[in-house]
Amino acid sequence: MRDDTASRSPSPEAIRIEGLHKSFGPLEVLKGVDLVAHEGDVVAIIGGSGSGKSTMLRCINFLETPSSGRIVIGGEEVRMRPDGSPADRRQIERLRQSLGMVFQQFNLWTHKTILENLIEVPVYVLGTPKDQAVARAERLLARVGLAEKAGAYPAFLSGGQQQRAAIARALCMEPRAMLFDEPTSALDPELVGEVLGVIRDLAAEGRTMILVTHEMKFAREVSSHVIYLHNGRIEEEGPPDRVFGDPKSDRLKQFLKTVA
Amino acid sequence: MELIGAAGAASTLDLLAYSPPGWGANLLRGLWNSILIAGGAFGLGLLIGIFGAYGKLYGGPVLRDLLAVYTTVVRAVPELVLILILYYAVTDAVNQALIAFGHERIQISGLAAGIVVLGFVQGAYATEVLRGAILAVPPGQIEAARAMGMPATLLARRITLPLMLSYAIPGLANLWLVATKDTALLAVVGFGELTQETRQAAGATKAYFTFFMAAGALYLTLSLVSTYLFARLERHARRGQPSVGGAR
Repeated sequence: MRDDTASRSPSPEAIRIEGLHKSFGPLEVLKGVDLVAHEGDVVAIIGGSGSGKSTMLRCINFLETPSSGRIVIGGEEVRMRPDGSPADRRQIERLRQSLGMVFQQFNLWTHKTILENLIEVPVYVLGTPKDQAVARAERLLARVGLAEKAGAYPAFLSGGQQQRAAIARALCMEPRAMLFDEPTSALDPELVGEVLGVIRDLAAEGRTMILVTHEMKFAREVSSHVIYLHNGRIEEEGPPDRVFGDPKSDRLKQFLKTVA
Repeated sequence: MELIGAAGAASTLDLLAYSPPGWGANLLRGLWNSILIAGGAFGLGLLIGIFGAYGKLYGGPVLRDLLAVYTTVVRAVPELVLILILYYAVTDAVNQALIAFGHERIQISGLAAGIVVLGFVQGAYATEVLRGAILAVPPGQIEAARAMGMPATLLARRITLPLMLSYAIPGLANLWLVATKDTALLAVVGFGELTQETRQAAGATKAYFTFFMAAGALYLTLSLVSTYLFARLERHARRGQPSVGGAR
């Protein structure tokens, strides 16, 4: 069932998850899941509502605290207490700075302009000189087609523009990998395309990405590996053409039929 | 009535003149003291409020209980009673301690005592105003900063506090106006703020109506200027947020 990772290019590991469990009170949301993403991989996580896919993504940068398991970012294992909570706050902060997260609800800071949103973390957390950060931010905004919106406040942008700005904000930290948590689920249908276009470009330039999505066609197109989660377990995984073109398990077949 | 009529406009102006025998300088000194106390108390209250709000939201159970006792007691007991308790009891306790350690008894300045006492009261209200405002900040924006590895204190300073300000300002403006008027309560402990100065001027000249009207006008002016400044501050804090006014 498992995809043979050794057959792919032997580039270094970016993200590794082993035996990840997560419970909210009595409810076990993740029942031991694994994931390996090498540099340049695009891993798509799909699954129904409540399957645990967002939780799995959010455990990577500890927005959710795992109950147990191992998480390794760029060869560095996150030090955890026996209950899964991070043992070293500073390590978590440092590792988070190497992971660009994009949220369903964009989460741009409403009291800052788009440009201020982009340079906030580089300047005030990473210590990048301001002129350098501004130059990089302007380059990234131009790339996502928002050069003329640098001075605007987020509330005055469309959802698609906000999400493109949020992607640029994450890129501005020059992260090792990008984490996308259903980046188009909050968008009007006609705005989905512009955001997927930006993500597609990132995949094409060989960025490491973990992508939780409901866009099956898109997942098949951009990903190098697909994970299908069901009830907190990996039901099936493999290369996209295999998973989508020739699903083995009945649950995945059923799922693909309902979302098609 | 006859007294006022007999005194006439000219002598009213004489009474309020800046230099003696007018009492204008005394009133302005009182006003200035009131502003100092209100400003100091408001600032201290804000500081207590920030720590109180964060403590109530993120603190451990012991800290939360202590803060609950603080906000409950201070908000339950009348300010005047608190001022009498804190002013006399606290200065007495400080002096007892000083004597016990072999020091001289000291006279605590009315200004410092006033700021501490009113600040302590303001802090309880500010804790609740700020706690509510922090809860009103969209959690996603705080989560975004956390996800990018922003340390907690920087996150509070750069993201949470500026964002909560727009929710907190109406409540804080109320607190400031209450602070300016609560300074009048310090008259009972004989501190020379505006009300006390007014009382002395009125008592000495028997022109009660004139002086209390003048004091009222000064309080009103202070309030109008404050309201204007808070409105400007609120506009700044709400930058980037579309106005709801247009939807009416």
